[in-house]
Amino acid sequence: MLRRKIAYIDLSRGKIVTKDIPAKIRRLYLGGRGIDVYLLYNHIKPNINPLGSENVFLIGAGMLCGIPALGSGRCDIAAKSPLTGAVGDSNMGGFFAPELRFAGFDHLVVTGRAENPVYLWVRDGEVEIIDASQLWGKDTFETQTAIREIHRDDEIQCMAIGIAGENLVRFANVRTGMKNSAGRTGMGCVMGSKNLKAIAARGTMDLEFAHPDKLLEYCREMNDMIMGTRWARAQSRWGTMIIYSNTNTTGLIRCRNFQYNLMEKGDVLECENIDKYSVGMAGCYGCPVHCRHRYVLTRGPYAPLYAEGPEYTSQGAFGTMPDCPSLETVLFANHLVNMYGLDTLETGNMIAWAMELYEKGIIDGKTTDGMRLEWGSSEALIEMIHRIAKREGFGNVLADGMKPAIERIGRGSEYYAIHIKGMGNLQSDERPTPSFALGIATSTRGADHLRSRPAIDLYGLPEEVLEEIYGEPVSNDYTSYEGKSRMVWWQELLYAVVDSLGLCKFQTVFCAVHAPKFEEWTNLIHYATGMKFSKQELMTIGERIYTLERLFNIREGFSRRDDTLPERYFNEPTPLGLPIARGKKIDKERFERMLDEYYELHRWSKEGEPLEDTLKKLNLHNEPSHLL
Amino acid sequence: MQMILLVDPEKCTGCKLCEIACSIKNAGTGSPTASRIHVVKWMRSGVYIPMVCQQCDSPICETVCPMDALKRDKETGAMVIDYDRCVGCRMCVVFCPFGGVGIDTTHGRVIKCELCEGDPVCIKFCSPEALLYVPATSVNLMKQRAAAERFSELMKKMLAPP
Repeated sequence: MLRRKIAYIDLSRGKIVTKDIPAKIRRLYLGGRGIDVYLLYNHIKPNINPLGSENVFLIGAGMLCGIPALGSGRCDIAAKSPLTGAVGDSNMGGFFAPELRFAGFDHLVVTGRAENPVYLWVRDGEVEIIDASQLWGKDTFETQTAIREIHRDDEIQCMAIGIAGENLVRFANVRTGMKNSAGRTGMGCVMGSKNLKAIAARGTMDLEFAHPDKLLEYCREMNDMIMGTRWARAQSRWGTMIIYSNTNTTGLIRCRNFQYNLMEKGDVLECENIDKYSVGMAGCYGCPVHCRHRYVLTRGPYAPLYAEGPEYTSQGAFGTMPDCPSLETVLFANHLVNMYGLDTLETGNMIAWAMELYEKGIIDGKTTDGMRLEWGSSEALIEMIHRIAKREGFGNVLADGMKPAIERIGRGSEYYAIHIKGMGNLQSDERPTPSFALGIATSTRGADHLRSRPAIDLYGLPEEVLEEIYGEPVSNDYTSYEGKSRMVWWQELLYAVVDSLGLCKFQTVFCAVHAPKFEEWTNLIHYATGMKFSKQELMTIGERIYTLERLFNIREGFSRRDDTLPERYFNEPTPLGLPIARGKKIDKERFERMLDEYYELHRWSKEGEPLEDTLKKLNLHNEPSHLL
Repeated sequence: MQMILLVDPEKCTGCKLCEIACSIKNAGTGSPTASRIHVVKWMRSGVYIPMVCQQCDSPICETVCPMDALKRDKETGAMVIDYDRCVGCRMCVVFCPFGGVGIDTTHGRVIKCELCEGDPVCIKFCSPEALLYVPATSVNLMKQRAAAERFSELMKKMLAPP
């Protein structure tokens, strides 16, 4: 299983070199996100232009990709982010990563820049650079279909960019299948800057497992374990849309950008309403949960349409944030961003921000080319998506992401922008939940829930249960600040490891308490690869990965002052919701104290810099070590 | 009691767990070519159809085999390959209309679903129950019940007091 290779592809010179991945690197970083961050730190020189040929584009299959359990198809994609200038790293499901492994590779390192559009063809131990002039201009669906036709093989799995990536929209994503996306931090933009339209993989090589019989039995146990949780069963039926029922009722969701914490007309977006359009669920590779809707629109302005999703994220991006009470608009917008290859979340966040600026009179029809960016306007929302992807008119301003757009618009527009380190936030409103707020502030890739969110904090579980998970007492009141830094720290380690194993985050302790975690993973790794790790060793690997990401960001000039929240979190109390969530804002002083505790848990200095002793303990004191 | 591996494409979510589980159980390795079952997918329309040997009553594979290497297992009802007799001519691969017989390139032999000696592993990994191992006698009863449920809902609506 660990015989998979790494290929270095220099697009400028058309040179390809393949190498083995040393066992030492596996022990330190596992695979996927872990090895990607090692490569990121080792191969990218400080302060380079993320859109220049010196940026390095990384693709990594998780170490357990291909096992029959827990959504083992996750692929990690990394580079220096053109959106934030910090760690660029995004993870996608689907079928690409296992196919890459069957084709003989775990990691690809793409450097340089091709003169003309190209795609990579990875096939049973070989990598080829192929002209993609005919594919340039095609959307993400057409591109995948075209590549299958070129090679006359329907089993090919592709990751591709759409028009947004070609146009260097800073939050363009990488797409595979109908809906799976490495959405965050603009990885599609980096592909576009390298003239790399797609990577296609097809493999027939065996994955050898160390203990196949035990693995098979244990995988079944793992699938039963996750399907035994209510969360997974609910997800099987409703997808992540189920989250909305709770958050919108409680008042944990952003509406009208950041004006309200609940969408009053939001009933139409409840997950039950998808039944009218859903024709069944779909799963990623190796997933017993299958949380993705397959849906059709047969009537109305957006018909006919077949698409997949939408995630909770899109419900917010095109529903609650722009206050648009139309599920059909959400379904169509979700399809559009997937077609163009845009990060759904960043797109919705940018448009909602622009709508608030329009309302406040900071921008007007002159700026927006006559478009009326009014709350809830489906027309404006859909039109803005087209314009961002094509970089037309005002879309060209938004396409550059938050920081450049703020600079261009000025006039106090910054105050209304909900971003951290240059990346927009999910539609969640973290003012009532200090643990979530700390998580988005400290995330190494900018505002983001998938780096650390302790979603089980919302459940009010018995404190004994929480202590068992987190190792020390933490409060079970989600509005409390007590022990929340520990929750965030622990989840950061957990997610760093799950992203490196290539398993689905929804199949560990994200929303489900009784889901597989470190202990179970040690067995899975042993049966699949023969390598033995203890729980503590896996946690140390998580710490190493997170700390190395931190070192990357420090090298790029980030520091404690960037680990903060948009001002509005401290100034404006939440106006709506249940009593527990109403009238809440983040207390600056307590937030700073939480941040201190959080640094201490990581054994970083008060300034958020890893201590010398910490680096030694994590074996990071000699980085960059260039072992790979 | 004769059992049947029943495929319901409407329930398939396309995750391919059946493929990898089949490969590990039958070849001891995670090999895309060693799986006896294959989920055929259409990306743009979201249609997923698991294809596997139908264990036909009048099996073409048996008819075309020049070596009499394909025999029915009396206990499970599966058509099984006798590798001592098989010469690898692949006539069964050519003639099966469902693609039920494949070639495992790694181990260099033709392969087909043999129902795991009456204990198929694929069904254990199929959480949406698109694959079921059921008594042959109840196959149509299950389908009748599913179809009748749709009628019954309609009738309940019609008969409900206003």
